[in-house]
Order: sequence, then C-alpha cells, then structure tokens
Amino acid sequence: MVTITELHDRIVRGESTARSEVEAALERAEQASGYHALLSLTRERALERADLVDAQIKNGENPGVLAGVPFVVKDNFLAFGAPTTAASRMLEDFTAPLQAEVVERLEHAGAICIGKSNLDAFAHGGSTENSAFGVTNNAHDMTKVAGGSSGGSAVVTALNIVPFALGSDTGGSIREPASFNGVYGYKPTYGMTSRYGVVAMASSTDTMGCFTTTAADAELVMGIMAGKDPKDSTTLNDYFAPLAEAPKSLKIGLIQESMTDDVDPEVRSAVTAYADTLRAAGHTVESASLPMSKYALAIYYIVVPAEVTSNLARYDGVRYGLRADGVKALADLYGLSRDQGFMPENKRRIMIGSYVLSSGFYDAYFQQASKARTLLINEYNDLFKTYDVLLSPTAPTPAFGIGENTDDPVKMYLADIMTVPPSLAGLPAINVPVAKSGAGLPIGAQLIAPAQQDALLFALAKQTEGGNYDR
Amino acid sequence: MASQETLNKYELTIGIESHVQLKTASKLFSPADNDARDKEPNSCVHPIDYGLPGMLPLLNKQAIDLAIRAGKAMNCAIANVSRFDRKHYFYPDLPNGYQITQMYQPIILAGAVEAPLEKGGVVKVRINHAHLEADAGKLTHYDTYTLADYNRTGTPLIEVVTEPDIHSAEQAKAFCQELHRLMIYAGVSYGDLYHGNQRFDVNISVALKGSSELGKRAEIKNLNSFRSIERAIAYEYNRQVDLLEAGERVVQETRGWHDAKQVTFSQRSKENAQDYRYMPDPDIPPVELTNEYIAEVQATVSLLPPDYRKKWATLGLDASVVNSLLGTRQFADAVVAIQEQAGDAAARRTANWFASAVGASDDDQSSIMREYTTHVGDLITLADMTEKADISSSAAKDLFNELLNGATNPRVLAESKNLLQVSDEAAIAKIVDEVLADPASAASIADIKAGKDKAIGYLVGQIMKKSQGKANPALAQKLIRERV
Repeated sequence: MVTITELHDRIVRGESTARSEVEAALERAEQASGYHALLSLTRERALERADLVDAQIKNGENPGVLAGVPFVVKDNFLAFGAPTTAASRMLEDFTAPLQAEVVERLEHAGAICIGKSNLDAFAHGGSTENSAFGVTNNAHDMTKVAGGSSGGSAVVTALNIVPFALGSDTGGSIREPASFNGVYGYKPTYGMTSRYGVVAMASSTDTMGCFTTTAADAELVMGIMAGKDPKDSTTLNDYFAPLAEAPKSLKIGLIQESMTDDVDPEVRSAVTAYADTLRAAGHTVESASLPMSKYALAIYYIVVPAEVTSNLARYDGVRYGLRADGVKALADLYGLSRDQGFMPENKRRIMIGSYVLSSGFYDAYFQQASKARTLLINEYNDLFKTYDVLLSPTAPTPAFGIGENTDDPVKMYLADIMTVPPSLAGLPAINVPVAKSGAGLPIGAQLIAPAQQDALLFALAKQTEGGNYDR
Repeated sequence: MASQETLNKYELTIGIESHVQLKTASKLFSPADNDARDKEPNSCVHPIDYGLPGMLPLLNKQAIDLAIRAGKAMNCAIANVSRFDRKHYFYPDLPNGYQITQMYQPIILAGAVEAPLEKGGVVKVRINHAHLEADAGKLTHYDTYTLADYNRTGTPLIEVVTEPDIHSAEQAKAFCQELHRLMIYAGVSYGDLYHGNQRFDVNISVALKGSSELGKRAEIKNLNSFRSIERAIAYEYNRQVDLLEAGERVVQETRGWHDAKQVTFSQRSKENAQDYRYMPDPDIPPVELTNEYIAEVQATVSLLPPDYRKKWATLGLDASVVNSLLGTRQFADAVVAIQEQAGDAAARRTANWFASAVGASDDDQSSIMREYTTHVGDLITLADMTEKADISSSAAKDLFNELLNGATNPRVLAESKNLLQVSDEAAIAKIVDEVLADPASAASIADIKAGKDKAIGYLVGQIMKKSQGKANPALAQKLIRERV
C-alpha cells in the first residue's frame, strides 16, 4: 500500500510517471472486476490527463499536490469520461455536460479519475444491493455486502486499486461502507464541501467526502475538496486548516446509547479497545448520553424521503434520462418512465416522502420530524459543552451477508443507526478502522466533532493510527 | 343574463392575484438571460433552469432588491427573514418537478394600494402579501406532439395577493391598472402586458347583500388585459347570480377566459385540486434583510403615481388625462418638470397635449416601450407661444407632435413653417377692410346686422384665408365687430 503523498513524490521526482501509475491502477481495477465495485472505467480520459501531468512535470511546471494520483468517483458525481448513472436505469445513458465542483478541484490539483464506482441507485441504501447494475462484494469476504451507498468506492480503496475514492454521505453512506471494508471514511461538516454537480439525494444532509487508507490522506484530500463554492449557497466560508500539533488531553464522550446489548459484542469490544487507545494517547474517555438518538432513525426516514421525493421529481422522461416507449398520454410518460427508471427502494422513499409532505400529514410528520431534529441538534450542542469529541461504533455489526436484509427494509435501515444522528445535525464524523471480527471482517469506530471542527478529527485519527490493528 | 334589479340583490366580492415578471438581468436562480423577447426558443436556458442532475439554485440578489422596491410601491412592510419553498407538481413546463416559491414566509408583507376610479373617488385594496417565485416554461401544443420552450423558466415573479376588498368590475380594473403603473414606476417590471410581464387571476364570489358569509368563489386565471378583467368579471357576476337565482350552487373552481367568445369556462374544480406537497427548499438559505438595507434600497425608488397625482392636484386635469400621462412615464416626468419650471398653466397645457397625442386607449401598451423626445425647455417655449397667441392652438398641436418626434426649437420651427400669427392690428385691419369690401361678404354683413351673430364665422374664415392662416382670429373678430 502506498499513500497519496508517497505516490505523488515518486511521480514528481521522476521515479515513476503519472501514465504508469494510471495504467497500473486501471490494470488493478480490471483484475478486481469480480467485486463489481466499478461501473465504468474512464481509461481514455485518464491516460490523456496522465500525459498532461507528465508533460507538466517535464516542463518544470507545478502539476499540483495530487499530481498523477489516480482516484475513483462514486457514480452519482457528474464527471467526464463515462456516463453518470447514479447506478440507475433512469440515468443509464446520461453523459454529464459538466463536472462536480469537488471533482474539478481534485483535477485542478493533478489527481486523475480512472473510473466510476457502484452505489445503491440514487444513493438509497446501505449495502450497494440496490444498484441497477449488480451488487458489489465486500473487499474482505465476497459473500458479504460492501455497505453503502458508496460501496464501490469503499471496496476500490480497500483493495488498493486507488489510494482514494470519493463518496457522498447523507446518513452514513461513506462511514458505514468504510467500516465494513476497513478503510478511513470521512464525512465533513455539512457545507464544508460543495454539492454542486452531485446527483442530489437529501439536500439538507448531503455531504461529499472520501475513502482513504490513512487518516493523513483523508486530511489531504478533504483539504483540497473543502471550501466555499459560489455555485452551492449552502457551502460555508473557508474555515478548514489542519492542526499543526497532535491534540492533547481531549475529553471524549462514548455515546452510551450506541453501546447497548443490541450492538454486536465484537463491535462493542472493538470500540472499547479503541477507547483505551485514545486514553493511552492522553485523552479522557467517559460515557456520555444522547437520549434523542433513539428518535434519529425515525426523524431521518421522514426528512430524507421528503427531500428525496422532491429531488427525484426532475427525472420525468421529458428532457433527459430514461423515457418509456409506447407512451400515449402524459401520465404514462411520467408513470412508465419512472417505473422503469427507479429501483424498488427509490420508489419506497418516493412514496414515503410524498406521504409525509401531503396535505393533512405535513404537520404530523414532516413538521414534527423537523422539530425533533432541532431537539437532537440542541442535545449535541449541550454535549459538546462537556466533550470535545464523541465516540461510537460506526455500525452496529460488521458487514452482513448479501441478501440477508433485502426483504426487511427496517433491518436494513438499522445499519445506519449510529451514522444518521451526526448527519441530521450536520456534524463532521470519521470512520476509523479499529479491529477485525473473529470472522475476519473489519470493524470501525466513529469519531464525531462539533461543526467546523473537522481538523480535530483528522488529528485524533492520525494520532491513534496503526496501533496494533492490521488492516 | 340577470336583470340589473336581480344583480342588485347580490354583493360581488373580488380578490386579485397578480403575477409580475421582474426586470432583472438574469433569472431568479440562474445566470441565464432573463429577457427572452425575440430570442430563439431554449436559447436562454442554464443547466439550473433545465433541471440537470446536481444543479443548485443561486438566488439573484437583484430580484430581492426589486421585491423590496415593489413592497414600497404597495405600502407593504418587508420581512426581515423570508424563505423559499418547493411546490411540487408534474408538468413538462416545470423541469425540476417543483416550482420554487415562498409558501410560508414571503418577502413582502401586508400593505394597501389606493386606486383612483374613473368616475372619481378611490378604491382601497389591502395587500395580504406578495411572494417571490420562479416562472415556468411555455408549452405549445400541436396535433400529435408538444414543444417545450424553457426560456421563461426561472424568470423571477412576484405574486401579489390582495384581500377581497373589491366589489365591482370597475374597481377591479382600476386596481389592476394602478398596480400595473406602480410596478413600472417602482422600476420592478417592464409592464409589457403583451409579452406577459403581468398577469391577473381574479377570484370572484357573489352573496345576497347583508349575508355574513362570502359565496363560493371561482378563480379566473391568466387574464392579461384590463378589458378582459372587466369583462370576465361582468360575465362571472351574471353567471353566478343566474345559478343562485335558479337555485343551483356555485362550484369552487378554476376557470379560464375565452376572449373570442367572451365567456369564462371551467378548467379544474376543487375536487380535482392538486396536492402540492410544499416543503422548505433546503438548497436556499433564508433571506435576511436589515431595516437599514431595506431603507437604502427603497430610497432609490423615485416618484410613484400617487406622488404625481399629488403634485398635479392644482392643475385640474381630467382623470383620463392623468391616467394617460402616467401611461408614459416620460410624459409624466416632463409635465412635473414643466410645472416646476414654468408653473401650472404651462403644465396644464402640455399635459393636455400629451394626453391627446397618445389617446386614451387604456389597453394599448405600445406607448410604454416607445421613446419620445421631450425637451422640457422647448415644451415650455411652445406653451408660452400658445399662451401669447403667437401661434394658433391647432398650429401648437402640430408643432407639439413634431417636438415629440425629435424636432427642436419651436419658435424657429413656427417661423420656418410660417405659422406665427399676425397680431399687428393695422396689418389685420387692412385685410378686414378688404374682406368687408368684397361683394361676396355683403350677405354675411347683413345677417350680422340682423342679429345672426354666427355669420361672423364666414368673415373670419375669409380673413384667415387671405392671411394664409396667420391672422390672430380673436383680433380679426374684434375688428369686424368695430366696423359692422
């Protein structure tokens, strides 16, 4: 395994070239095609860009801090070189006329996108089983799910196909698959990264983050993606800067509601052990309570489907995307195109969202959920008066079996129970790979910081990196 | 048709919603050109307007400023915090599947507009609120297909919603005309009705006079001329009264106006009403405005129609003259300037010239867009020349029209056209004597002597003819009387 910095240095020093690194990454991707982590390779464009970077280096120009570093984007980011499908039939043939802001920023820094990864269609799901183009297998066990919705990006990172991959995280879509595949997964403060050019899921919690194999790499990549974007009104003014020194004597709260008997014992003991690692680094870890967290899933599965039903309304078969054949009336154009273009989970969320927004139910559901969301945020604010950082498992179990939860949406949603609360509050959170189960499946711990304290999370993750855990 | 007597048993109640397109340079949420007049279909469309995946709305600050100005024009308070919501429905003219509007916290709060009535007096109409929203695209239907043009998609609108304070078609028309003028004078809209810059939805109900409850209302959508507003209301008043008189009920519904047939027709009843599933738009942060900022923007609004009326109160102008002046802001401003520089008499004279130059046709919007030349100095000179009888009143009108179309220096113009009147008594007396000596005049002279005073007209006419129109007719008449 090579870190981003090592790879970049090798290329810039002339020990390697962008072209050979990109070719090697494409080769690894093809060899790993059995995992079904990638929906497309952007070979032609990647090689062109690699030659460009190599020419820049030859001419003594500054090729950027990610010069020649190959990466993968989740296929809900608009990007050149291949269609942007969101893993749906609806957008199967959709070619983006522009690129997502974060992709632009990474390319500007010299990084090279080699392919687009699988996901639950429109990012709806926690296992990448809802893709219209097949299930992605876990990097550690082909019979287990990759997690989701950014399953493909987690797997390509865990398989060392590329040193980093992009994901979107709405309620855990980066952290949970990172946990299942044993890599770092970073979900920034809401508004730290631009949503421009990413197929919207739930606008009020969508964030763009990354998968890496080291905490330092996550910090490096997020530093390039971060910052105000005039094209996304919800981005925050530039605030992110890595901490110069390792944090000392932090007060860390271990969320007790996330350590109950419902949680897998191996997960609990792995997180308890990680708490000891944190203590060994000089921090205090004590039990903290977030009572509103028990309502988080209920809130999430009202607010998010409401935004989903709204954000998916544009896929109507009129201007782009799938248009059903043999349509005779306008209602059929909509009904048939959307029936054929969306996956069952998409339809479920559209129905729930339409219901909670409909006249007569808005006050009882959407309005109530919005109020409860505010109470949850208030509870976090109170907790952060006492604690600098919060700790929990990332997911209640290691990766589950493919097909195990597909008939039970509620069981599926429970995989998000730890990751959803920080998403509703817009807080930054990171999955730190901390252990493996007896069956050899990765287990992750989640660190959560107050809004805009992203730098603290990277510093803490770097400080506790390695330990006795072999990824 | 119900008889007037029957109609009189019922009270008509009207509330109005008006969509005003704002004259911003770009759209409400995208950088696309907002002026699509005479442009190719789908040439003013940004990916944001087209609803591409991953696009996010960017609120146009100029639209906020124009809404603040509109608020001043309608005497409305402006909200310190307002928000945008999504209104969902599927239609091919709506790329996102939702319209961005302000359902819960509009930017313009309650206020009132006083509209002068043609027959004197005013109607005061309270404004409930006005909100910002994005317009939809335009569909053109053919036999087997439909074409969509998204040039209009995202054009900023404010939707003005009144209280049901209007009780006649005349009042409704007067209010709509005044609202239209206010939006133009506040610099909010071009006000070009032909191009759909302002559209009116009229809510109409009738109830027996003295009844404590309003009747079921019908909403007539998308009226775009003042005449159609007046006629649609008159039609609807009759239709609803006829229904009630026949013991039937009025259905709450949306109706259209068929201009060729001059009738309203049912479009959609409340039973089929859509559920718009309103939701706060999470892509757009709240609009926060300080009182200082609101005041700063409103300070840039210049004179509004009521200000002109106040200034002209001493001129004694007919209401129709005032309205036609206000119909072309250049004229209104010129009259104000003339009043300030040369006084009421000159202002009154020019006001009437302006009014007759454009006519009184209130549905004709062509004058709004036309450019005229109005050099105040020249107009004052012309008024002065007329006052002093240097030119005849008909010559003055001709000169006035030339000035409007670019001519300058009316005195030189009058000289070159030989229009200056001769007021030299000796010169006119000579002509008078010649005409009286003409045997053809004998009959008229006899008539005058016999008390048929009208006969003097023939003689004056002869004098004007001989002087090639330059004789001062009043002076000529005086000299004839002295001699006969």
